[in-house]
Parts: sequence; C-alpha cells; structure tokens
Amino acid sequence: MNELRLVVNGVERRTEARDGESLMTVLRERLALPGSKNACEQGECGSCSVLLDDALVCSCLVLAAAAHGRDVRTVESLGSAGELHPVQRAFVEAGAVQCGFCTPGLVVATVALLRDNPEPTDIEIREALSGNLCRCTGYGTILEAVHRAAREMYAG
Amino acid sequence: MEIARDLDDALALAADLPEAELIAGGTDLMVEINFGRKRPEDVLAIDRVAELRETSRNGRVRMGAGVTYTAMLQGDHGSRAICEAARTVGSPQIRNAGTLGGNLGTASPAGDLLPVLAALDATVLLRSARSERRVSFGDFMTGPKRSVRRPGEVIVGAEWDDAGPAQTFMKVGTRNAMVISVAGLALVVDRARRRVGVGLGSCGPTILRAPEAERFAAGLFDEAGWERATAPGEGARREFGALVAAAARPIDDVRGTAAFRRHVLAVMAGRALDRVGAIA
Amino acid sequence: MTSTLSTPTRVRGVVGESTPRPDGVPKVKGEFAYASDLWRDDMLHGATLRSPHPHARILGIDTSQALTIAGVHAVLTAADVPAGARFGLMRRDQPPLATDRVRFAGEAIAIVAADDIDRAREALRAIRVEYEPLPAVTDPIAALAPEAVLVHDGENVIDEVQVLHGDARAVAPVVVTGEYEVGMQDQAALGPEAGLAVPDDDGGVTLHVATQWLHEDLGQIAPCIGLPMEKVRLVLAGVGGAFGAREDVTLQIHACLLALRTGRAVRMTYGREESFYGHVHRHPARLFYEHGARPDGTLVYVRATIVLDGGAYASSSPAVVANAGCFAAGPYRVENALVRCVGAYTNNPPTGAMRGFGAVQSCFAYEAQMDRLAAACGIDPVAIRARNGLVEGDRVITDQPLIGSAPVAELVARIAAAPLPAERSSDPLELPGGAGNLTHGEDVVRGVGYAVGFKNVCYSQGFDDFATARVRVLRDEDGPVVRVHTAAAEVGQGLVTICQQIARTEVGIERVELDRADTSIGSAGSSSASRQTWMTGGAVQAACREARAELEARAAGHGGTLGTIDIQDLLEAPIDRTVTHRHRPTEERTTYMQDHGHVAFLLAAHRAVVDVDTGTGLVKVVQVATAQDVGKAINPLAVIGQIEGGIAQGLGLAVMEELVVRDGLVHNASFTDYLLPTILDMPPVLADLVEHPHPDAPYGAKGVGEPPAISSTPAIVAAIRSATGRALSRVPVRPDDILGLSDGGPSAAAWRIVPGEDPRKAVRA
Repeated sequence: MNELRLVVNGVERRTEARDGESLMTVLRERLALPGSKNACEQGECGSCSVLLDDALVCSCLVLAAAAHGRDVRTVESLGSAGELHPVQRAFVEAGAVQCGFCTPGLVVATVALLRDNPEPTDIEIREALSGNLCRCTGYGTILEAVHRAAREMYAG
Repeated sequence: MEIARDLDDALALAADLPEAELIAGGTDLMVEINFGRKRPEDVLAIDRVAELRETSRNGRVRMGAGVTYTAMLQGDHGSRAICEAARTVGSPQIRNAGTLGGNLGTASPAGDLLPVLAALDATVLLRSARSERRVSFGDFMTGPKRSVRRPGEVIVGAEWDDAGPAQTFMKVGTRNAMVISVAGLALVVDRARRRVGVGLGSCGPTILRAPEAERFAAGLFDEAGWERATAPGEGARREFGALVAAAARPIDDVRGTAAFRRHVLAVMAGRALDRVGAIA
Repeated sequence: MTSTLSTPTRVRGVVGESTPRPDGVPKVKGEFAYASDLWRDDMLHGATLRSPHPHARILGIDTSQALTIAGVHAVLTAADVPAGARFGLMRRDQPPLATDRVRFAGEAIAIVAADDIDRAREALRAIRVEYEPLPAVTDPIAALAPEAVLVHDGENVIDEVQVLHGDARAVAPVVVTGEYEVGMQDQAALGPEAGLAVPDDDGGVTLHVATQWLHEDLGQIAPCIGLPMEKVRLVLAGVGGAFGAREDVTLQIHACLLALRTGRAVRMTYGREESFYGHVHRHPARLFYEHGARPDGTLVYVRATIVLDGGAYASSSPAVVANAGCFAAGPYRVENALVRCVGAYTNNPPTGAMRGFGAVQSCFAYEAQMDRLAAACGIDPVAIRARNGLVEGDRVITDQPLIGSAPVAELVARIAAAPLPAERSSDPLELPGGAGNLTHGEDVVRGVGYAVGFKNVCYSQGFDDFATARVRVLRDEDGPVVRVHTAAAEVGQGLVTICQQIARTEVGIERVELDRADTSIGSAGSSSASRQTWMTGGAVQAACREARAELEARAAGHGGTLGTIDIQDLLEAPIDRTVTHRHRPTEERTTYMQDHGHVAFLLAAHRAVVDVDTGTGLVKVVQVATAQDVGKAINPLAVIGQIEGGIAQGLGLAVMEELVVRDGLVHNASFTDYLLPTILDMPPVLADLVEHPHPDAPYGAKGVGEPPAISSTPAIVAAIRSATGRALSRVPVRPDDILGLSDGGPSAAAWRIVPGEDPRKAVRA
C-alpha cells in the first residue's frame, strides 16, 4: 500500500493506493467519487476525465501513487448544491445526455475547452472532444450543448 | 513507488532501483498495468522533474524528455514535423499527459514522434547517476518496444539540428482521430545542410529510414536548387514513393495489412515531397 | 396550497414536447449510480476465469492453490452449480460455468470472490485448468456440412427459416446477383457489465444489475442458483447503454452464486477487455442474393440464402434468423420470393441481439442489390426505390400487409430533396484521415448513396408480449403527485421521460415521479425491439386513464368537476391502478413464413455523402440525411438523439467497427483496436421526422431506436461505391477494399450457393 495525500475538489484527502492502482480507482473506490467513469481503462474513451493541476487528463492513466500531493478536480466539483454549472445545464437542456456514462467526462472536457477557448468553432469542438467517446448520441446534441454553454458563459 | 523531485534525485533513485519502470505521463505504462499485462515491483515517477520539461533552440534543438505533446503544440520548438506529429497523438487528454521521453521509452514502432526523430537524425540523451550517453536515434531502437536504454538510465531528452521549415509528418489510421498509427511518415528537407531524412513508423519492427529514397530526393534538390521551392513532377513523386515503400518491412496485423502499409507509404511520400518541396 | 387539476394542455412536459429527461441532472453531476458504482461496506469483489481455447475438453480444474490465498473467500466451478443448470435467452443451452467442455474462447470456467479485485485476479491466476484442445469449427457455412465438428449434440443448426412467397422459380429479363458479408459488430456500450448481489435473510438474494429485462434474467438465474423464483429479487441499477448486449445473462448468475456461497455482498464489474468476451455480439452474416426485375426496374423476384454465425450458444439466434429472413427483400413490393436463412453454431464467440437485430445484415445486401439493379436498368437509385417501395396495404414477402406506415417513396423523396453539404473543406481535420494530416484535398472524391430499411417493432410470431405499469395518484407535503412504477429498463433511450410525459398528459398532474424498476411488479418485457414506448408507454397510458377516470368520478362525487375542485380534496385516499398491456396478437411462424407475424413495421431512409481519399482508402462521412416514419414524436429531442446515435452505430459498421475473430480467437478486445466513431468521424445529420401514426400504437408513436442503425450503413457504403466505382460487398469497408489491394469481396465468395437454396448444399468455390 502507498500512503497518499491529494487535494480533491479543494479538500485535502488522505487515502492509500495499491501498487499500480489508478487515480480513477482511488476516486471511485476509496474517495466515494464515482463520477469519473470506468469505461475503457486505457485512455481511449475519456469517461474518467479529470483536471489534474488544471490539465485535462484521463484519471485511469494516472498512477495514483505518483499523484501524491497534487490537485484533482472531478465532475463532482462543478456547480453548487442548488445550481448546475452552465456546461452541465447545457448538456441537460440540449439533450446531450442519454445513458450518461460518457457525460461526466464530456462535461469536464468541455469545461477545460471553454476555459481555454470561449468561442470554439464546430471543428475546434470536434478536435477538443475527440477523446471522449459517446455510444448513444451520435454527438450532434453534444456539439449543440457546447455552443449553448459557451453562449451562456461568455455572451452575457 | 518513488517520486523524483529533480533530475539528480531521479538519477539517484534510478541507480537504487535499476529495474524500476519509469513513469511520466502514464499513457503507455498504465494501460499495461490496467490490463494486467504488467505488474511492476518498483515504479519511479519522473513527471515532476522540471529540468526535463525544458527546450532550447540555438541552431541545435534540445527537447527535454518531460515535454508533453500539448507543450509541443504550443510555441515553436524547432520542428514543424514534431508539432504535426504531436497533433496526431490521441486526444487532448493523452497529449496533456504523454511526453517525448515516454514515446522514446516505450519504443513502439507506432510511436508518433519517432519517425520524425528518425528523419531529423536526432540524438537520444540518456543519463545515469554515473554517466551520460548520446545515442543516435538510428541505434536507439532495437526491436518492437525494445531499446538500448540500460537499467538505471533515464532518457533525459533528444537533440537535433534545427532543420528549417521544410518538414512534415502524416499518419494513417482507420479513424479520423484517436487512432494508433497504421503507417506514419516523416520527411525532413534540411535546405541549409542539404540533407533529406525520411522516417517510417508502424512499418517494421523498429522505426525505419529510407536511405535510397533520401538519396533520390537529395538528387532532386541538387538539381532544382536547395534554396528554392520546387514542385517535383509526377514521375519523381512516384519514384520517391516507390523507394519509400521498398524500404518498409511491414507485416499483416489486426490494424492493417502489409500491402496497405506499403501502398500508403508511397502515397504519403509523394504528398510529403510535394508539400515540403513547396516550403523554402 | 390549492391546486385544481389542470387540463392536460396546461401542464408542461406533455406528449409532443422536447422536455428534458428526469435523470439528466444526476447524470451531468456524476451522481447517477450505475451498476459499476454500487458499493457496500464489506462487499467482496468477483472475477471470472475464461477459456483461452475456442474448443477444448476440460480434463481437470484445480482450485486448491487459489483457495489458499489470503483474502480469497470462494472459488467456484461447475461442481458448485446445480447439476444440469443451463441458461440462455431463447434456448437454455449454456452452462453458467463450463462443465466438461468449452465451446468458445472466453467461456466462463471458474469464478472467485475476494476482498479486493487484485486478490481476486491473483486467485484466477492460481487456478489450474487442464485442457485437451479439440478441433474447432469457425466458418458458419462449413459448420453446416455433414462432416463438421459438432458444437453441441446434434447438427450445428440453431434455427432456420424458409420464406416462400409466390413462385419460387420466377424468371425475369434483368437479373443481378451478389455475395455479401457483414463482419462482427459489438454493441460496445460504454458502461461495462456490472452487478451487486446481496444475500437476503430468507436465504434468497437481491441482485442490483444493469440489464435490459429484469424478469427474463430472473427466470434464468433462479434455476441456475438453485432457488425458487420468489427468493430472487432483481433491481435495476443504472445502465450505461445496452444496444442488445444486456439482453443476455452475463455475470448475473455468477454474482448471485458467489454472494450465496460467501454470505456477503459481491460486486462484479467487467473491464473493457472482459466485456468483449462477456457479452454476445452482432451476428456476422454471409448473404447470397439474386434479384430479377423488368427492364423498367420493377422487381419480379428476390431469392436469397443467408447464413448467420451464431457462435457457441443460441442466445437470441432463432429470432435473429427469423428477422433476417422476413426482411430479406427490403421494404419493396415483390411478388415472388424465396429466402432461406440459417443460424449456425460455431466455436466463435456467441452472437445475439444488437440494435437492428437481423434486419441490419439483410439490409446491407438487398440495398446493394437494389443499386446493382438500378445500374443494370439504367435508372437512378432514388427512382428504383420509389418505384418498388411499399405503400399502405402492400404485402411484404411474409404476406403481411403494411399498415400504418408512410409510403417508402415519400421517405425516399424527402432524403433526395434534403440540402446537400457544402463543397469540400480545406481543413485536413474535416477530410479523410482527419487528425492524421493525410490529405489537403489531394485525391479526394465525393459520392452520394441512398438506402431504405425496415424492421418489426415489438415481439413477433405469437410471443405473448406484454408490459405492466402501476400508477398511483396521491398527495404529499409538496402537493399532488403521480407515481409510476414499471419493471422497464431505462438504458439511456429516455423511456423515463416518455413515461412522465404520458402520465402528465393523461392524468393532468405535472409532478410525476418514477419508482425504481424492479421485479416486485410484473414484467415490462425487454428494452429491445424498439418496443418500450409502445408497450410500457401503452401500459402507463392505460393505467393513467383509469386513474384519471377515478379522479373524475371522485370529482363528480364531490358535486363538481376536475376543473373546479381542489385536487388535494380528491386524494384523501390514493388512487392505485395496475394495468398489463398487450399489443394485438401476432401469428406464429408457419412453414413458409406466410403469416401476420409482426405487430407493425418501422421504416427509414438514409442518404449519405462521403469524401474518399483514393490515395489512402480512407473515408470521411460528410453528411447523413434521413427521413424516418416515427408515427408520433412523443419527445422530438429524444427522437433526434435516437436517430443520430443509431446513425453513428451504422457509420461504425460501415467503415470501422469489427471484432476481428480468427480461428475462434478475438484479436481486438479493446477500445484501442475496436474502433468506435469519435465526434470527428460523425457528420452533421439532417433528420426529417415523418409522423404517420400507427392506429394501434399509443399516440400513434412507433418505436424509433432501430431504423437509424439499419439503412445508414448501406447508404454510406453506396456513397463510397459511387465515389470510387468499387463493388464493396463487405462491411466494414476496409481501406484495402477501396484501394483494390484486396478483392474487396467477402469470404462468402469462398463458397458457391445458389441464392434461395439450402446452404447445406454449399460447395467450396
């Protein structure tokens, strides 16, 4: 076992990780944060996306023990008790959620995208989200959700 | 599990744990672990070593092993082809994590940066607690996922001549993004040094060069003038493509057939020659 | 607080509105509990040992070493399963754990429960299994030969159908033939198989699981764990997509066995690789076709022989075989048809349900044939489909009339009239090869293709198809509320929204809450065959109408009407209605399938525009236009989601998705090598919703889930053919096929079969 200290969603958490255990597993199984989803465990689907020291990464490819001391933000950090983050709200309203298994990863990836690019074009969105697989929607409503969120966050 | 604070620390830890798996972005090693194909006893994390994230450019480019693909896309790092190759890697998530050193360390024939390093005739910089070695990229890979890196050594970076803008990279995969290379090609025309480099990915047990194709192309530039933009004719394009394809040693696998790989290498080579020829 | 009951039109979120889904908020927050998120203090983790051989005798299994590992609580093999226990969707032919023989690579042999997953995997590695490899049969046509290796006792035929309509020997002046092949597609739902089994105090077990049909699972689980049905309870956990892959039992029995043995809660979650081994796939198909027509393109006959690879166990193969046969001629008027369709046992991974269910395979072939016929007759692909397309009252080749559907010609006309996309982009990201920086326009050619497809909705051929719904109207501190309880599986398709919309519409109360689906109520049937809007929607509608009638009666009893009386005053006692809804009965299969075996038909048409790089053989689908007869769009946004999602899966089958199986071994059980379309692969979709109501369906709404996945694939391949001139008779289309590096043909070409004849008579070409 590896002792581990992380700042997760702004709160310092002490936990442990087995050898080889991924950050995704630690979040899901030890810290009761199952929002980062376990779909492929090889960085191909983006469902487990988190911000690690502000960089968008797949938490399944982060060796938990190597993340000791670092800052992690998961989908659970977005919005507040009573209010959704604009990206979350846009995903609901645009019909971009079906089974929803890809959704937390897409929401986190979209937050990262709109942080860096407030007014992305279609093709910029497609390139930025090409690491987030969705098997249900065919992506049309996701594209719409990103535009909708961008408008809400920056147009006002 | 050890986390290196800086380069000296990394080298000392690597000396203590010579068989440790090195991890930076984790994009290769963690897949192996998650799928149960590797269960390393010791792991040494080198992603916090600031020295490895530096790049310098001064006629010669030196890129630290810890530079991520995303960093390669931001700002000028002295190789347009490196930048193009970095853009073909995975997704933003992968590009934010994966590094030059990881691509070298894994030494996969499908590593996207590697054909560029081959075409640039790059030198791989290896260090241990006791010594530093410089290995020509051509000698670095010894087989699929095998390299000359020794236990206790850390890849600290790569170096190449600043070859100017006439270079490109392209890769074939059967999806429009997020795909492992079925065949990759880098072409570098160093107009100042009058040198042509061609690197081939996913077309043999290691990254291959195409020496005859390089000589042929050099001949074209000798004729047309190294300083000037040129448009190679159809015949030259075809001949160059054929020589590139002939240099490949591809196999059939689940991602593509050998025949397909040879074919697309020739096509990529022709297009690359056109594009690079136009850049002066 | 006073509230009179609004008329349905004043309530928000009723039928016809694009109202947001009730589980959308927890899903975007990451709070929605999927099966793999379930967690109990003190739970154990289960894992499965699988066969590396496609066919082998098991000479012995030694679990003693595994049992000595600290933290391992149980290691179970076939010896721990009730003798003779078998499961299977349509035929109970599969042992929960292999007994004396394994029939496919990936078959479960042993299961373990341990304190953590690493310990469980360590135990798997410590189990010693002695195999005697046996010759494997992996070609479904070879499997039909008399000398073939037998997968089970008896011949390797899972099921077969013959459709004979009109004259089997009809002749025509224009004849086109073709041989086609469909590769093995995987549903690849993002949520992995997962379940949590919890032992109950009465000796029973409760299983929380991601599935498509709770009651069917229950019926298969109970005998395999040696419990009576009433001691097994199933609760639907959050489902991360299904697409057919969750119709079959995967880890359900295993998790229950481990929980009962250890007396502890046991969670099992497959990783992606295991998921590919754990669930059934779409049937690969070989299809041999002959079409005859008059010179003007009017169809005279269709003859076809179809062989489906059912893999090692039956799953739903009998129904897939029937579907591929029934729909083999497409949505066209044809007087004469002879179709044979056979599903074969092989030592390949088992195949079963996937979106489109048999109709996908034949549509790829008959639509290619229609284009060949158009070319032979010198007419265009739109015209030949319009000329032969079914209209209301026309009989399909199983002799059933088309009722309650828009004319095929109308759908085709709509896609043909849809705006075409802009000229080719200059951004490599939008060109074939995408991020690979391959073409900046060099060698890019554009093509356009058309296809039409059809399929049944609901269960067919005499199956007793029903759904149950309980509707309660009551009041609580927040006012009046309608509670809807069904056992229907919400798998992502949006049934929960539909149920709310129907309840609001029928009862007139906006606040509708859904109880968790479980087996404490009657079956809802499966979330498959595009049937839940019709079936569970119908049950909810009927129960709500009863509840509304009761409210009206109570209002009258108070001397008023619903518009004048405070609703709260009518709900001192809750209203509670349970209804079981059945669709019109269907006829059982007859010898030559001349019967009214289906409830109704679903139709859609697709037009695809593609750019092809003829240098690299790569394809970029530029646009897909579709017209689909949805009957009535209960939630237009959800319908669009189904259409776009189905097209994405059709695109996948057209150009990239194939589980590569060679000699019985899967070669790409990962998302690195089994490629799903990304957002860069998926083009804009122009969707035209045609609302031609079906008289029997609630609100006239037909199912919408499957048609998008049926004709999108052949439309895309037709577009690639039109761009390149290549024949392309196999999907997924590989770059080698486009470049002419392969013969572009199917391995079906290795066999000679006269279309319409028994494939047992096949000879090697």
